[in-house]
Amino acid sequence: MPMVMSAHSGSTTSALRLKNVSKRFGGVQALDALDFDVSQGEVHCLAGENGCGKSTLIKIVTGVYEPDAGAEMEYFGEPVTHITPTQARRRGIAVIWQDLALFPEMSVAENIAFDSLVGSRLRRVDHSALAQTAGDVLDKLDLQLDLTAPLNSLPIAKRQMVAIARALVGEARMIFMDEPTASLTQAETDSLLTIVRTLSAQGVAIVFVSHRLAEVLDIARRVTVIKDGQLVGVYPAQGMTQSRLTTLMTGQSLKHQVRSRDLSNAPVVLNVQGLTREAEFTDVSLQIRAGEVLGLTGLIGAGRTELAHVLFGMRQPSQGVIELNGKPVTFSSNRDAMQAGVAYVSEDRLSLGLIQPQSIAANIVLPILSRLTHRSGLLSRQLTAETVKHWINELTIKVGDSDDAVSTLSGGNQQRVVLSKWLSTEPRLLILDSPTVGVDVGARAGVFDIVQRLADQGLAILLISDEVSEVYFNADRILHMGNGQIIQAYSPADTTIDALESCIYA
Amino acid sequence: MRKYFTTHPSESWLLVVLLLMIVGLSLATDQFLTLGNISSLLNNNSVNLIWAVGLLVVLIAGGIDISFAVAASVVQYVAVFVLELFGGGNWAVGFIVAGLLGIALGCINAALVHQFRIITIVVTIATFNAYFGLLMYFSKGKFIYNLPEWWSARVVLLEHQGADGRWAELNLPVLVMLLCVLATWVLIRYTTTGRQLYAFGDNPEGAARAGINVAAMQFVAFGWMGLMAGIGGLMQVNITQEVVPNALIGRELDVLAAVVLGGARLGGGRGTVLGCVLGVSLVVITQNGLNLLGVSPFAFKMIIGAIILIAISTSRLSFGPRLTGTPVMRQ
Repeated sequence: MPMVMSAHSGSTTSALRLKNVSKRFGGVQALDALDFDVSQGEVHCLAGENGCGKSTLIKIVTGVYEPDAGAEMEYFGEPVTHITPTQARRRGIAVIWQDLALFPEMSVAENIAFDSLVGSRLRRVDHSALAQTAGDVLDKLDLQLDLTAPLNSLPIAKRQMVAIARALVGEARMIFMDEPTASLTQAETDSLLTIVRTLSAQGVAIVFVSHRLAEVLDIARRVTVIKDGQLVGVYPAQGMTQSRLTTLMTGQSLKHQVRSRDLSNAPVVLNVQGLTREAEFTDVSLQIRAGEVLGLTGLIGAGRTELAHVLFGMRQPSQGVIELNGKPVTFSSNRDAMQAGVAYVSEDRLSLGLIQPQSIAANIVLPILSRLTHRSGLLSRQLTAETVKHWINELTIKVGDSDDAVSTLSGGNQQRVVLSKWLSTEPRLLILDSPTVGVDVGARAGVFDIVQRLADQGLAILLISDEVSEVYFNADRILHMGNGQIIQAYSPADTTIDALESCIYA
Repeated sequence: MRKYFTTHPSESWLLVVLLLMIVGLSLATDQFLTLGNISSLLNNNSVNLIWAVGLLVVLIAGGIDISFAVAASVVQYVAVFVLELFGGGNWAVGFIVAGLLGIALGCINAALVHQFRIITIVVTIATFNAYFGLLMYFSKGKFIYNLPEWWSARVVLLEHQGADGRWAELNLPVLVMLLCVLATWVLIRYTTTGRQLYAFGDNPEGAARAGINVAAMQFVAFGWMGLMAGIGGLMQVNITQEVVPNALIGRELDVLAAVVLGGARLGGGRGTVLGCVLGVSLVVITQNGLNLLGVSPFAFKMIIGAIILIAISTSRLSFGPRLTGTPVMRQ
């Protein structure tokens, strides 16, 4: 039974009240008789794993989708039977979409003041009014951007700021923020949270969705937890802990224990000495043994991904030696690296690591097609099916049918497809670059379970991550990289996560 | 100016190349920079530019149209019969009839694209074949020379007799071309509808979430293309003084090439009227220049193909999935 606790006093007025909202897409029940309410001026967190229905809920509230029959909706005390995106905006509801939903070719000003361009009547565009509106909002946010620059000339964090600015144009009374901090640095996140507090004090209701639970608990007054399209409950943020919230979201409790095993007797798989690439990193030396997980962390721009690219043969080092299983290697391309037993799961795997419209099966066997081919040159259907079945079982990928498109899977399951794709090449060294970006808390644990299992099978793993806690809990040893150099090595057993975080963020 | 160069690299490069070509051809041949040559280039290529600005609008909205040149032929044939009903008509009736017929044919494309969610290239290849097949079937391939007087008579706007005694003149199609270019420029640059077309082509999902009427966008884009196709068809008859069912087929690819050369992106969201004008001019002047230099006309298409490849690969145009665009996180 859903448990509902009211954390606010009866005097607050409702900004949004939903009752019995359901939405079905084909065979999938995305939302199932959900109730949801937000008060004016409240910061309300919407928590749940990817695919739990958060985005569907936002799209229903903002009129992008229509709910199935039986739903009751009330906006600022007024019952609403049908709403379009334009009407929602007119009622003061704004959204910062997870994928930003901006227009890369259009100017910053047009993106921010976009709503003034929408409408079916043919009107003249008032470019100076657009610039005025956009400039005012940016001033309010204390941001400086070139208003006439096309959006695609900005880095992703600035685009995020543009999306935020767009939501603040006009009389916003309720703002949905879907993962607004995903691409922001700590300082930028802090300034966003300050803005959220200010807005809330002005009476704007904010519905906040974030993977960063600490941030959520810091800012929200109440938390609504959704699981599989159903309401789990509504809880006051005060007194809620990250681990309890995770348990509520996933329905399972997660263990937190450092790994830190001594593997000094295991054979060295990767030995790097004095590796340098001009302007990217200098004099990097490291070793990874069979069965070892080496964590590599540090701030963005530390040179971690660049190092991974060199280890995977995508770029060439200017100096230094790479040895695999005791033999020096030089890769002129990543095909050489794959041949030598290196696999690399890239950071932006969701767009680059997978071919989304193709089937799960086709994605898994893509790197090993030549091995699945008959002597005739034709692909063996039987071998393919066996390989696919093996990996789906091995990595417990939740699929309806392996012939479904990858794009139908959740983030966590897509991550497993990428992993199986690379594991099918039978690598000896696996480089994982930020493997949990865009993956939920519950699914993250699953990804790391797999990492541990692979390590136990003797694979050497280089785990690159921004999140200190990830390397702390999952690596045997940790290297801190900064400004293109290895600054310090740690063993999780001999340090605390707080000590590690303060070294890295110092 | 420097900023324009970074935000509009293709337009800027085209302008530079075009100026160099004009200077080069003026020096290399003594016919190129003559009133007679320039005016005949304008008269004979006005229809291409009318179609080009129509196609530009479709490209900006993220679509493509293969059917417009054949649609223009259909408009010509049907207009002949409709005008007969009006007792021959006049220019005003002609514009209304051709414009409406063109819009109707464009709206058929839009309706198919929107209603059945078929990608535009497939729809317009289908209508290209259907329109052409129907046209050949009903016209039996016959030419029509018996046209209303006003339609086939040359309308001279400006004329000037050169020192050599030859007349240079600018005809009605040039004026119509200027108006079409101007109207398209105002539409896409200075109206909210135009900006919504850019937004729709740039990020259709974002546009829908912002409340843009997606169906309306398809009808505006293909409707505008249709209007330009119809007007272009009307002007083409005025230039050639005949209606020939298969005269225009094939022109769609030349126009498409010129528009893409002008910086419009296949995939939507990018393209300017200036680029479009420059793209068409470059193709026209290249052809004219090769002709004046005595190069075989067969070399022309090859050279245009090479120019397009070079232009696209050296400018920062991207035609595939955009890696620089907003990353889409899939759930």
